[in-house]
Amino acid sequence: MWRYVVRRLLQMVPVLIGTTLLIYLAVFALPGDPIRVLGGDKPMPPAVYNALRHHYHLDEPLIVQYGKYLWGLVHGDFGQTLSGQAVSDVLKTDWSVTARLALTAWIFEMVVGIALGVWAGRRKGGVADTVVLSGTTMVIAIPTFVLAYSAQLLFGLKLGWFPTAGTDDGWPYSYLLPGIVLGSANLAYVARLTRTSLVENFRSDYVRTAVAKGLSRRRVLVRHTLRNSLIPVVTFLGIDLGSLMAGTIVIEGIFNLPGIGGQIFNAIQIKDGPTVVGIATLLVLVYLFANLVVDILYGVLDPRIRYE
Amino acid sequence: MKVRGMLAGVVAIAMAASACGGGGSSSKSKIFTFANIEPEHLIPGNTNDAYGLNVEDALFDTLMRLDANGKPVPEEAASVATTDQKVWTIKIKPGLTFHNGEPVTAQSYADAWNATADATNAWGNNYYLSTIDGYTDLNPDKGKPKTHTLKGLKVVDPQTLQVTLSQPFSQFPYVLSFLGTAPLPKAAFTDLKAYEQKPIGNGPFMMDGSWEHNRQIKLKKFPGYKGPRPAKSDGVIFKTYASLDAAYTDLLAGNVDIDTQIPAAKVPEAKRLLGKRYLSVPSGTMDFLEFPLYDSRFDNPDLRKAISMAIDRQAIVNAVYNGVFKPTGSLLAPIVPGYRATACGVACTYNPQQAKQLFTKAGGFKGTLHLMFSNADPTYEQWMTDVANQLKQNLGIANITFDKVQASDYITKLTDHKATGPYRSNWTMDYPSPEDYLTPRCSKPSRSGYDGTACEALIMKGNAAKTPEEGQQYYQQAEDLVLKDMPITPLWNWQEQAGYSSHIGNVHADPYVNPLVHLDQVTVK
Repeated sequence: MWRYVVRRLLQMVPVLIGTTLLIYLAVFALPGDPIRVLGGDKPMPPAVYNALRHHYHLDEPLIVQYGKYLWGLVHGDFGQTLSGQAVSDVLKTDWSVTARLALTAWIFEMVVGIALGVWAGRRKGGVADTVVLSGTTMVIAIPTFVLAYSAQLLFGLKLGWFPTAGTDDGWPYSYLLPGIVLGSANLAYVARLTRTSLVENFRSDYVRTAVAKGLSRRRVLVRHTLRNSLIPVVTFLGIDLGSLMAGTIVIEGIFNLPGIGGQIFNAIQIKDGPTVVGIATLLVLVYLFANLVVDILYGVLDPRIRYE
Repeated sequence: MKVRGMLAGVVAIAMAASACGGGGSSSKSKIFTFANIEPEHLIPGNTNDAYGLNVEDALFDTLMRLDANGKPVPEEAASVATTDQKVWTIKIKPGLTFHNGEPVTAQSYADAWNATADATNAWGNNYYLSTIDGYTDLNPDKGKPKTHTLKGLKVVDPQTLQVTLSQPFSQFPYVLSFLGTAPLPKAAFTDLKAYEQKPIGNGPFMMDGSWEHNRQIKLKKFPGYKGPRPAKSDGVIFKTYASLDAAYTDLLAGNVDIDTQIPAAKVPEAKRLLGKRYLSVPSGTMDFLEFPLYDSRFDNPDLRKAISMAIDRQAIVNAVYNGVFKPTGSLLAPIVPGYRATACGVACTYNPQQAKQLFTKAGGFKGTLHLMFSNADPTYEQWMTDVANQLKQNLGIANITFDKVQASDYITKLTDHKATGPYRSNWTMDYPSPEDYLTPRCSKPSRSGYDGTACEALIMKGNAAKTPEEGQQYYQQAEDLVLKDMPITPLWNWQEQAGYSSHIGNVHADPYVNPLVHLDQVTVK
């Protein structure tokens, strides 16, 4: 198993180099000149323009620019944003915010989602099943930003249960409401996935055997059915952690959480290469690690799965 | 309420664990909060974004400041004198210090200006010192600068700075009121990067800790301040917001004390909810429609006038900006001394019949008319859609399409003369002088391709004038000339909407200070 993990980790290296190159090329291909954006409507003397282009290596061919970027990366230098800040500093502060938000949402959708799924799946077509089915349909149907603004208005502004915006109250208080909103759509998927998987497994032979042995309903559910049913749910949750981090931009904007979503949006707008590549590379890393963890978890959930 | 109790418990634990009280103002220290957006820079010579300037207004004093009428009056200067508008002798008040105790001298100003004018630093306000003699030596069009000090700056003694300009420039005192010309202490130059994270200024407030990126910038009262605007509170915290909407929501929730950027769409609600705590502040920002004169189809001034007269500015402002922006017939903002509301006359007044006549006389328009704007803000497309409809209806131009350009590419396209048709143009005020508004319209290289030689000559005359009245007269002639040729037509002048919490008082709006309110005067209840 350790050989397997090491091999997977080694495979990440070429994937990473490939993605940084792709993203670098994509940013480079964006129309426009970042230095002109810096100047805006104000006049920028040619001497200043040239100095800035030189400073950000924009006066060099693309391949040299990318080479210098990679060389810096090897030395732990992520480059500079167009306002002269170290990208690594930006990553540190912004990633911690987004990671907290995504984790809050993820824990919420996992705990509540699986619980709802189990509740609904115990009896197909029962009251619980109908309630969960219609409830989740509603949540999926409402766009996230509508949910976000309504929750902010109702629970933040009118009732005052949660802070309306910002991170002043720290984790978890500041992150609870945005986390719940962010996780709510995927919560619906988790609940339905758990429910369907449970319902299916209840029909299988080994469950019938367990019931015939005279085991309690509870034991059949927890020991025999649920564990097996969680494999698709775990796959979904693993990949979802990555997409949660990448998909926080709307929520971050509404709840004023200074995370990577707003940062990468602004960076793309002004064509700030090093920032975009830095953030996106870390996103790729999160995806890769989440996938690895999911693959290892399969073995834990289903002992028949072996790693070479 | 049950939930709240439970959550409060969680928060209490979290706060005890992290020993971090957040940005809330406690009842003991009289500190207030200001809604801001993450600044790009905090070194005055390098800062030209509004959000950085908001913070610097509290951190730095300049030689001059603007009074309630927009006139430059001494701040750190004891006197600013000239006989020929070319050689300026500036006396600095004695006894002023930076936040670290270092005295503010003529050398502090000379050091800051040399660094700003030096192309190798590539600072944002480089251009504002271009009037000083020797500027071109530091900013050669090609190659590296030969020298790093401005020939025109002479430190006569610690309290006297003599500035020689390359040409007479009567508006120089305005430049001295611009925050970009604030002095820098010696400590700044040992490590500029570290300095920017915790700037040492000479203003009424000083840094309280370092710049917390994307979160807040904490300032406390500078106890050793001897200038004309001492702080009446114990400190101010600039809270960073990701969006203007989020800041406004926080103002309503009572989590931030001042918000000077209430979105136009929220104005009716803000007026109702805030009552007397809602302020409308005039702005120096202008929106224009500019014509690409390098495209031969826009050669005829009559055609440009016809388009200008076919636009119902008031209707657009009502529909898109809730009626808060002000339609205008001048290239200057109303807060600029020398502004004339009807400078443009009939050519900027909505008159569909006359517009159509002029349009026919000019031979109409052949082909597809492109209207160009950037995707930086959704309201641009909204008002361009209205413009398109009015041009269709009033002039009968059948084919009109939009050219919505990526924000990062917009300025490049305009600079490179790649506009496909009339485009949105915008100007924010640096200082309230007609010169600030007119120079970019007439100087070379011109974005619109307009030949501004005659206009530039008039501006030069105004710059060299002995008295402000005499200068005014030339600037007005220059404005008349541009409006007659109409390479650009004024659309509307912005208004800023501010609101403040019941937790603070003595809030005075002033369009001539960057944060739009005098932060030094704010009191905390």
